[in-house]
Amino acid sequence: MDFEYNEEQQLLADSVKRFIEKDYSFEARKKIVASDAGASEAVWSTLAEMGLLALPLPTAHGGFGGGAVDLMGVMDALGAGLLVEPYLPTVMAARAVMLAGNAAQQAALLPAVAEGKKKLAFAQTEAHARYDLDQVQLQAESSGAGWTLNGEKRVVIGAPLADQLIVSARTAQGISLFIVDANAAGVHMQTYRTVDELRAADVQFKGVKLPADALLGQSGAALPIIEAVVDFATALICAEAIGAMRSANDATLEYIKTRKQFGQPIGAFQALQHRMVDMVISWEQARSMACLACVKVDTETNPNERQRLVSAAKIRIADAARHVSQESIQLHGGMGMTEEMKVSHTFRRLSMIVQQFGDADFHLERFASAA
Amino acid sequence: MDLNYSTEELAFRDEVRGWLNANLPADLRDKMSEHAHLSKDDLLRWHRILAKKGWVAPAWPEEWGGPGWNVVQRFLFEEECGYAGAPPLVPFGLAMCAPVLLRFGTEAQKKKFLPGIYHGEVFWCQGYSEPGSGSDLASLKTRAVREGDHYVVNGQKIWTTLAHYADWIFCLVRTDSTSAVRQEGISFLLIDMKTPGITVRPLILMDGSHEVNEVFFENVKVPAENLVFEEGKGWTVAKYLLGFERLNTGRVGVSKRELVKLKSFAAKQMRNGRSLMDDVRFRDKVSRVEVELMALELTNLRFLDEMRRTGQPPGADVSMLKIKGTEIQQALTELMVQAVGPMAQPFKAMQGAFDAEAAFTASLMPRYCSTRKTTIYAGSNEIQRNIISKMTLGL
Repeated sequence: MDFEYNEEQQLLADSVKRFIEKDYSFEARKKIVASDAGASEAVWSTLAEMGLLALPLPTAHGGFGGGAVDLMGVMDALGAGLLVEPYLPTVMAARAVMLAGNAAQQAALLPAVAEGKKKLAFAQTEAHARYDLDQVQLQAESSGAGWTLNGEKRVVIGAPLADQLIVSARTAQGISLFIVDANAAGVHMQTYRTVDELRAADVQFKGVKLPADALLGQSGAALPIIEAVVDFATALICAEAIGAMRSANDATLEYIKTRKQFGQPIGAFQALQHRMVDMVISWEQARSMACLACVKVDTETNPNERQRLVSAAKIRIADAARHVSQESIQLHGGMGMTEEMKVSHTFRRLSMIVQQFGDADFHLERFASAA
Repeated sequence: MDLNYSTEELAFRDEVRGWLNANLPADLRDKMSEHAHLSKDDLLRWHRILAKKGWVAPAWPEEWGGPGWNVVQRFLFEEECGYAGAPPLVPFGLAMCAPVLLRFGTEAQKKKFLPGIYHGEVFWCQGYSEPGSGSDLASLKTRAVREGDHYVVNGQKIWTTLAHYADWIFCLVRTDSTSAVRQEGISFLLIDMKTPGITVRPLILMDGSHEVNEVFFENVKVPAENLVFEEGKGWTVAKYLLGFERLNTGRVGVSKRELVKLKSFAAKQMRNGRSLMDDVRFRDKVSRVEVELMALELTNLRFLDEMRRTGQPPGADVSMLKIKGTEIQQALTELMVQAVGPMAQPFKAMQGAFDAEAAFTASLMPRYCSTRKTTIYAGSNEIQRNIISKMTLGL
């Protein structure tokens, strides 16, 4: 039993934390969000230099072979800093390539990702699929030696910044994954900012011609891969939520110690003290479950049990994220509502995490069904 | 990061589990499982079985009979006892008076009292709360006036758990009502319950149980040698006990057992031809409690891991475990009552006896009533929040 990071993990977590504090302040982030691209190339290079992009990739293709536990401290620090660069989308898509791709496909993409030369996005969600991973309508027809894609994906986080998309599509054999150049003919993006200031797009695929080697793995065999990728990503956003919630709690505690009303700090009032304590308890409970999720996506070999435990974690993280984010605004009072306070941005990110990859109701269903 | 117990820890757990399986008397196990009343004999029988095995006082030093376990072993032992449905060990002697004597007592006091506590020969109770002093314990008024080699005690204690079984009581009493800081006038006194002038009056709780009492002191003469630590330093003693290494305040093992029972019981309750566990409204409530309990177990283990790493006592972390643990216990008893539906209403058989199933279902509502106390006793959950607020958050 050991709940601490090992020395390497701790060093990395500390260095990412220092980077966020020094170079990714709330003010610096504001400028990035307001820029045309909505993400910083300089920051992306730094992530690559720090080894964060190589960390989760296989050693055979320029990576360090890290798992979710190795990424936990990283995601925690990025969560506290509300990083808007498409780190998670790239890690997700790269993971699909790693799990399903052949050596040539991995060699073509992963070393470039590790070096920070390529960004990826994972195009999975469709209009009426909600969180069901097997609801894939986008069609991939076998045509000649290759494939033709027709259909739509929604809310593809990081798509406007990506060089390649990893796209789920339905072939005659079933659900499959394809590598698609983001600027391929027939790929149209409606780009926008998400409520938590990430760049995303709804993506149309109109007769997009792909070569045969765009198919990742076997045709029709992708659902278990997609499930593994999404479980991995769910564990990572649990860790990200831990950082974001700590940031919200720290800011709120600081605020109630300094804000004075009735001649004393509002933190002197028991009504607020107890709410603050409950926010901290929520965080501790959520942190325990984030540890569980990260350890289990790394080590649990039975997919059913992995899904059950990841769902358990996501239920707790969703409940905690909702609780902590809402209370952090309430305890900040009117100031918490304003754009100029970081906590209002943390609120938005946490509110998205509540629903990302399935809300508590979705995971309650999956948790009970898997038991 | 590794969430698993080590091979040695698992072997220890298996040893405890196997021993409990072989040595927990079936009648006590049944009584626990039916939430039946435990007599003084029941409690002491189990105490003595553990004492004979050398496992009754896990936190004591070896020279006084402790087994020399580390914090993880102690946690595992308590969890296994809870999960097996073993009767609780009454904490007042073993886990409260004894640690105080070990830390503050004289050699004579240790020699006089510790063996009796260890072997279950002397039954202790705790005299802290008073009618006017609940959460605000330092306002207590029971007075002890020094007269020669005795103290003369006058006043009243309340909520005194198992005082009607007890041979001795440890009390916080006011020895100085003039000190400016009211905590400084309090002393820690050991009192023989057979002393003339002590009256115990039962307080029957809403589940019909007699567990707590009022204890009245009228000119009770207590030898001065029964003072623990210095006169006026009773608050220091009491505070030490608050921060004492309680690892099991979350009672995860007990709640895990109750959760298993709830799920299997609810699965057998049919509604419109469907099991209650297939009713999403009900099932989701159970799942949320289950997830909260999974989180609590891990949180508890995280704190243990930290204690083992740093050698520091758990401090305000214990308060968090108490808050979450009691909320979970209450949620489980509430869901059990919901699961049994209208059969929750029977309370006491007037003629003859309920059959076994009816006796069980009739025990659920009293259990629900009784479990409301958990968020009130041992420092209400509001007081626990005050402690975290002050100690951890600096508010």
